[in-house]
Amino acid sequence: MFTYYLQLGLRSLRRNPMLTALMVMAIGFGVSASMITYSVFRAVSGNPIPEKSSQLFVPQVDNWGPQQNEKGEPPGALDYIDAIALMRAHQASRQTLIYPVMLSSPQPGSSSTLVSTGGYAVMSDFFPMFNVPFLYGNAWTGSDDEKRAADIVLSEEFNQRMFGGANSVGKNITLSGHDYRVVGVAKHWDPSPRFYAVWSDSAFSDSPDFYVLLNRMLDLQIDTSGRNSCRGRLEFNGWNQWLQSDCVWMMPWVELDSSSEVARYRQFLEAYAADQQHAGRFAWSPNIRLRNVMGWLEEQKVVPPESRISLAVASGFFIICLVNTIGLLLAKFMRRAAEIGVRRALGATRHEIYAQYLVEAGAVGLAGGVLGLVLTAAGMSGVGLLFEPEIAKLAHLDVSLIGLTLMVAILATIAAAFYPAWRAAQVQPAWQLKSN
Amino acid sequence: MQISPILAALRYHKAGVVLIAMQIALTLAIVCNAMFIIHQRLVRMDKPSGVEESGLLVVKNEWAGKPATGQIASLMAADLDTLRKMPGVANVYATNTYPLSNGGFANGIGHSPDKRNYVSVTAVYFSDENTLSTLGLKLVEGRNFNADEINGLGDNDKIAPAVIIVTRELARRLYPDGSALGKTAYISNEPSIIIGIVDRLQIPWVDNSMARWADCSTLLPFRNLVTITHYLIRTQPEEIEDVATRVRATLYATQRLRVIRPKDGVKTFAQVRAAAYKSDRGMAILMGVISVILVATTAAGIVGLASFWVGQRRKQIGVRRALGATRQDILGYFLTENLLICMAGVVLGGLLAIGLNLWLMKQFEMERIAPGYVLAGVAMLLLLGQCAVFAPAWRASHVPPVEATRSV
Repeated sequence: MFTYYLQLGLRSLRRNPMLTALMVMAIGFGVSASMITYSVFRAVSGNPIPEKSSQLFVPQVDNWGPQQNEKGEPPGALDYIDAIALMRAHQASRQTLIYPVMLSSPQPGSSSTLVSTGGYAVMSDFFPMFNVPFLYGNAWTGSDDEKRAADIVLSEEFNQRMFGGANSVGKNITLSGHDYRVVGVAKHWDPSPRFYAVWSDSAFSDSPDFYVLLNRMLDLQIDTSGRNSCRGRLEFNGWNQWLQSDCVWMMPWVELDSSSEVARYRQFLEAYAADQQHAGRFAWSPNIRLRNVMGWLEEQKVVPPESRISLAVASGFFIICLVNTIGLLLAKFMRRAAEIGVRRALGATRHEIYAQYLVEAGAVGLAGGVLGLVLTAAGMSGVGLLFEPEIAKLAHLDVSLIGLTLMVAILATIAAAFYPAWRAAQVQPAWQLKSN
Repeated sequence: MQISPILAALRYHKAGVVLIAMQIALTLAIVCNAMFIIHQRLVRMDKPSGVEESGLLVVKNEWAGKPATGQIASLMAADLDTLRKMPGVANVYATNTYPLSNGGFANGIGHSPDKRNYVSVTAVYFSDENTLSTLGLKLVEGRNFNADEINGLGDNDKIAPAVIIVTRELARRLYPDGSALGKTAYISNEPSIIIGIVDRLQIPWVDNSMARWADCSTLLPFRNLVTITHYLIRTQPEEIEDVATRVRATLYATQRLRVIRPKDGVKTFAQVRAAAYKSDRGMAILMGVISVILVATTAAGIVGLASFWVGQRRKQIGVRRALGATRQDILGYFLTENLLICMAGVVLGGLLAIGLNLWLMKQFEMERIAPGYVLAGVAMLLLLGQCAVFAPAWRASHVPPVEATRSV
């Protein structure tokens, strides 16, 4: 019966090619606009670490006070004093500080030309906390952190460039004139958005080349290459005064495995801020936050506003296309009232009429979906027009998007056909036959 | 034209009427907001930077191996000398940042050393005596920096300029009641004398969140002796491409221990501007494309439904014609019918447009939509409806009276 209805449907679609083309185009444009914008939205709003996103937290302490903070919110990173104090207190099962660094490395093959290379200064817990996979070797240990060793973990890609992909564990690498010992090579790992560094860096920039021991970077007085946010006037002089200033630049992360640990850590932060107030460093009562990964990404507004606006507008556009389709289907079906009357008189039930027209609509939806797919593929190249290249490259047509495009097109068209098909099924055979 | 028979007839096509009205309403809501977004983005992109942009080149240089401050000073002096001697180069200076670069830092500036008490936020541009002529800034009051006022500034060194040059907008905020020239302002915890006022100089950022102080910039007489430096190079406009292709090799020839990225180490200011406003431009194009397709879809939908109605009513039209209605009467009937439906649509759509705008304001810190946009959208959609319905109505008016006697 289904194939028979499909044949009927296709024949009827051929009968008014203009009307059919209009419907297919409306569905095609509507679904492709939604899918292109959705593919970007999906890429920027996803959960970068689904297995642990509710156990990883960013502690925030307001060291700027109500007059200078961002509308009551504490800054998104810590100054050196607070960062080091939180690490010393060690109130979480795992914890790390992070800041981005930019070093220069010799270009492979030509020792005289230098290229700049970006990475993160991190602590040993960084690797187990974020489930960084290793290709060779391992992370350094907590005692290496204490010893302020010159240890480094390379990314797979950087290891490929520098050592031709060989196991480089134990070898030395010179960056900006200092030697580092390679202790591990991380397998390709680049969560998107890069949740652990969104405050400082673009959440979608190129993946880091290395992870280097943070205390060593501090000893070498290597500055953050990312954001450094200070309040008030420039009153510090030199590295040490900068460390003691209210400039925030260190991104802290803690792992808290249960809700009781979270509550306990929150209390600890409160108590810490209260201590600072009593000591006279803060002239305000404790203002702290403890957000998990998804809460943090939302607070940091990682999804670019362009992505939300364009998704909203494209969805509105799709709805209009569907309303349009409802109207056109209604016109199309009701034009065949006489034909329906004959079929009903010959014994077709309302259900059969209903099914027949839904199948016909489904065929329109499929055609619209195929057109939508072509337009989506073409439109992907236009994504670069609206978004930064690092975001644009995240949007691509994969199997799930192809399936989703077709499914949305067909289901939406069938949903749009419910009312026109119902009207068609309500046709009174007697009236139609009489007027003939 | 009598309206009551049209309204009476519409009652038999409730679904079609509702669908067209809804489509008109939604289209109006989206199109006026899209037009408003396009307008806003174009206004943003039109903002003058104050810089004479053609013929300006930016080179981002990173020193390798973290040289000491003194070393950087001599390396930088050598670079500036090399660049100035390049054929086609008119002037050059070294700085931490430049307008539209989307990097750099900002600071409070005010009348007291108390840092919580500032008049405005200002972008900090490190400059020397060549900055004004290199950027092509217009000095409206006072004087330029002298060469002997320019000091070196190491990493994290204390910034306390004796003299500064500010923009006219910043001067107005600091001293609303008179000239700021020769007066003092606190950008650090020590006073600085305002020796010059430039007409205009945009801050490095184009974000909406900083729009309130987008024209508040301060030039400080420092050479920033840190690893990353931007050289701004004024060339003869016709020679900019030539200088751009040679500059990297020229600098590497004098000193190899540096990084000038092949990808984006050398940029013309036109490229800087395009990058800064990329998403604005893209957004305007996207909204434009969506609006055009949307209007076309809506028009097509009206044509489709109106044709269906005409086809359905051929017999009635024939009867009316036979009873003496002229072609104009029939044409007028369908045009009026469409106008009535569209008017219902635009009333609803106007409300939806304002609702959508309120939502956008809340979500994306957009401004309130100007009523002109909604009114223009209303006029456009009413006209669109009339145009779309014209062809089917024309066909209806040509239905012959004899149609009344036919049975189908």
